[in-house]
Amino acid sequence: MEQFTGKVWVLGDDIDTDIIIPTQYLALKSIEDMKQYGFSPLRPELAGKIEKGDILVAGKNFGCGSSREQAPEVLKALGIRCIIARSFARIFFRNSINNGLLLMEQPELWDHVREGETIEVVVNSHVSSNGKQYPLTSLPDNLVEIIEAGGLVKAMQARNGLAV
Amino acid sequence: MGMTIAEKIIALAAGADQVKAGDIHTVNLDRMMSNDGTTHLTVDMYHSKLNTPRVADPKKVVFIVDHNVPSDSPKTAAAQKKMRDFAKEHGIDFWEGEGVCHQVMMERYVCPGELIFGADSHTCTYGALGAFGTGVGCTDLLYGMVTGSSWVLVPETIKFNLTGSLPQGVYPRDLMLTIIGQIGAGGASYQVMEFCGDGAKTLSVEDRMVLCNLAVEAGAKTAIFEPDEIALKWLTDRGRRPKAVFKSDEDARYVKEYTFDLDKIVPVAARPDFVDDVVPAVQVCGVRIDEAFLGSCNNGRIDDLRVGAAVVKGRRISDHVRFLVVPASRQVYLQALEEGLIDTFMESGAIVMNPNCSVCWGSCQGVIGENEVLISTGTRNFKGRAGHPSSKVYLGSAATVAASAVKGEICTADML
Repeated sequence: MEQFTGKVWVLGDDIDTDIIIPTQYLALKSIEDMKQYGFSPLRPELAGKIEKGDILVAGKNFGCGSSREQAPEVLKALGIRCIIARSFARIFFRNSINNGLLLMEQPELWDHVREGETIEVVVNSHVSSNGKQYPLTSLPDNLVEIIEAGGLVKAMQARNGLAV
Repeated sequence: MGMTIAEKIIALAAGADQVKAGDIHTVNLDRMMSNDGTTHLTVDMYHSKLNTPRVADPKKVVFIVDHNVPSDSPKTAAAQKKMRDFAKEHGIDFWEGEGVCHQVMMERYVCPGELIFGADSHTCTYGALGAFGTGVGCTDLLYGMVTGSSWVLVPETIKFNLTGSLPQGVYPRDLMLTIIGQIGAGGASYQVMEFCGDGAKTLSVEDRMVLCNLAVEAGAKTAIFEPDEIALKWLTDRGRRPKAVFKSDEDARYVKEYTFDLDKIVPVAARPDFVDDVVPAVQVCGVRIDEAFLGSCNNGRIDDLRVGAAVVKGRRISDHVRFLVVPASRQVYLQALEEGLIDTFMESGAIVMNPNCSVCWGSCQGVIGENEVLISTGTRNFKGRAGHPSSKVYLGSAATVAASAVKGEICTADML
């Protein structure tokens, strides 16, 4: 079972995709150019501080709003290892899976975790924070296959031995 | 076990006799729509990531340029060219300058019983005609375009029983904001909002579009009305025929039920920065505004322009307000011209724009500056959505927006 640790950034409820990456930066040439503006309307300093392997912990309805796929791509480019939220908005959830970004729902962790602490995640099992374990539900097999392959297009290539 | 309309549409698309909430099914897509928000990304992936690129059935794909029309920079021009060239090469229907994508889809394509993916979150609009439309990202759109199929998790359905009829001066926009205010921004997450009851029969297809369009702001996968005689007449008038006309079975399973009495709805506004922060409009009256916007896939139709024009007729827009009027499509624009509504807006001091998404998506037209306030019939009021991160967006009906444009501060039409 996949297992890793990471430093935590904590965000609130209803973090929308306009906050994750505002409209005005979508015309930039690449995700690498966009990523510095991640979360800029809410916490302009955050993108510069996130390090590879960090974990986002958020409240309910994370990723609500527009269907822009640049949102999960920016988070991946910033180095976010996974997002643990009380709940996710469905288009963002689908887009993240399709881009190989790991998401997990956990209803209680958000109330207890503190920004800056390091937590341990055992995928499909639990997350440990400050000596306490919080259970994680398993993702359906077809979604795990997509994430492990690195996204929807790669999963199809792996499954069929060729591109879709 | 009976099925809901949404379940029946998925079952038909999956070739299954029965589906139930929680199942994952592979479905054939009836139609796919993509706009200039992300199509260039889909085209890039098509060329760079596939070993054997192909479009399964170009007739099922529609490309619509509506987010930056006309293009506002060399970058958006290049992205739109990529889209235009790809459509031409593959024989895909392509529209630009025609209107906001969901309005164009409703005017020209959507049929009851269809399962439609759109690379835009407000694709849920199509439920007004009894279709299952849902928003996806550009990778899902690519996969659908190349294979003709995709996977869906069958969503649970919430029943919204509508009773009565909306009072004079109260609009579907007020009703839907009221519903979202009550159930919350995640109140229908992953679920279908099914609208039914006697109150639903009082609503035109355009009114139903207003309700379905905003369903995503409650987190819904889609929203849907039973395609009744009103919907079928609307369809027939436009020379189209349904794929399938479904009703929910009496023993269909609903995860939750709400009742809303339309007679009790009042003009409301959503306060910055959340669509579910809804209060009676009187509570925000007096807030000074810098800009007002009448348009979008939610409220840029002929009904809305009629309401707005009736409010501003014989009046002047406040001298400190820019009032943007943006018809949702060419058809709407032409109808408004014929009815003299454009004259009324121009004489009042409004700025009438070409059909497009405009300031609702905060990129090209009417973007607002530091600490500025916008009142809008657009879809969202998220922080920074319409421009500077410190700016504020209030949402309201066409009547409230037009009245506020005249007064220079938020007010309802009956206060002028």
